[in-house]
Amino acid sequence: MASSFKEALNSGKFVITSEVAPPKGTNLEKVLHHIELLKDKVDAINVTDHQSSVMRFPSIGGCLAIKEKGGEPILQMTCRDRNRLALQAELLFASTRGINNVLCLTGDAVPVGDHKEAKGVFDLDSLQLLKTVRLMESGKDLGGNDLDGAVEFCAGATVTPEAQPLEPQLIKFEKKIEAGAEFFQTQGIYDLDNFAKFMKHARQFPVKILAGIILLSSARMAKFMTANVPGIFVPQNLIDELAAVPKEEMLNKGIEIAGRMIATLKKDSICDGVHIMAIGKEEVVPDILAAAGL
Amino acid sequence: MKAITRQKPFEEIKQQLDSFNRVFIIGCGTCATMTKTGGIEQVLEMKSQLQKIDKLVSGWTVIPIACDEMTEPAMKENERAIQNSNCVLIMSCALGVYRISTYIDRPVIPALDTLFIGVEETPGYFREVCAQCGQCIIGETAGICPITACHKGLVNGPCGGTNNGKCEVDKEKDCAWTLIYERLKAQGRLDLMRKYQPPHNFQASPRPRTVKIT
Repeated sequence: MASSFKEALNSGKFVITSEVAPPKGTNLEKVLHHIELLKDKVDAINVTDHQSSVMRFPSIGGCLAIKEKGGEPILQMTCRDRNRLALQAELLFASTRGINNVLCLTGDAVPVGDHKEAKGVFDLDSLQLLKTVRLMESGKDLGGNDLDGAVEFCAGATVTPEAQPLEPQLIKFEKKIEAGAEFFQTQGIYDLDNFAKFMKHARQFPVKILAGIILLSSARMAKFMTANVPGIFVPQNLIDELAAVPKEEMLNKGIEIAGRMIATLKKDSICDGVHIMAIGKEEVVPDILAAAGL
Repeated sequence: MKAITRQKPFEEIKQQLDSFNRVFIIGCGTCATMTKTGGIEQVLEMKSQLQKIDKLVSGWTVIPIACDEMTEPAMKENERAIQNSNCVLIMSCALGVYRISTYIDRPVIPALDTLFIGVEETPGYFREVCAQCGQCIIGETAGICPITACHKGLVNGPCGGTNNGKCEVDKEKDCAWTLIYERLKAQGRLDLMRKYQPPHNFQASPRPRTVKIT
């Protein structure tokens, strides 16, 4: 049975996803609150997998919580922390619990996180993980053995439309499609003209593209991300727009900018939907949607 | 090919020598001399540092190539001084330490950490270019090994952490896949980058790896 997220992707509607971050610890209060807030407002909710290589409550645990609350989860799986046995085992488990959407990621490098001496596994890469999902759907595992009960997933990946140089990124994008990616959630984008150029290229392929919308909570954050986060570029006019309002108004301005971008992407049919990343401010995602007129 | 080594912090060496009063020091005339970690100069410096912490240095030598079989006669030549020590402090790569340990009955203590097998790109600048994985794909990656040169060892193209040709872990490090892309593009062979590389066989030659030439 196709997941409700897959049905949404194939329905032709403008698809909205967002994400929640599990806690460092066993106190789930905040993440459960965020799930409650988002589950009926978006088509699916991603649960991050030790994002930025910081050890946390697992993605699969967050996905189960979403299921329990009647929401639609997207399991984020990075290749950083598990070898091919563990990755396949988790896909089996997810499948038995009705978690049928997976986002296949390479994963951030270990040294950027909070367990700097850990071993980065990378037994598989994001492409090989996508292929593994498709292989397991055919009833086989990577060892060539038969599975007693196959899996079924709507599998996706990421792409960075602002990467420099862009061509290697586009080559990998196409390889991911060949490997079985049905949808992409992009790295945060801010320059809609640039993004439209990327989309012109992407439209050649039978995949759904959800534009990554990262909430800008201050001018400082916008500058920091442009300087430090690979593949993120916030144009100066947006930084100026944020800087022009008093500090206490910056978050509202960020919400307005995100809403405006989403509205334009939808109105001009630039892409198939958006993936909203509020990074620690998940409670304002409904406000972003309202600002977008959704 | 050079085994690239770095001297351990002296505190660690001191701790390892804690129960030994009489020390024989061995350096290596090849890689460790070139990397200035185990040549005559460093061996003499170590001797003086050990004397300052009241160790008795029973003797020292710098073997031409610590990892080869000529190390055995070198050990014989120094038999008396080695017998006169409680342990041997070795300023070579781990291959040398291993080799020496097979010829003597004294405890061997490494003074160096072996970092990687590298090439000298410019005088004094060493780079790791091969991880000895046993499944070479550099014919398809323009001579640059992504398993070694990419921090994550990715074989199917760059990750999202690539940033203007640099790596997310260190702005000074080149992104291996940008380098590979540029070379393949210049050679008109970008189609190779589109090729799917399957998961690596980590048991191509299970550890510990051995080869018998017949």
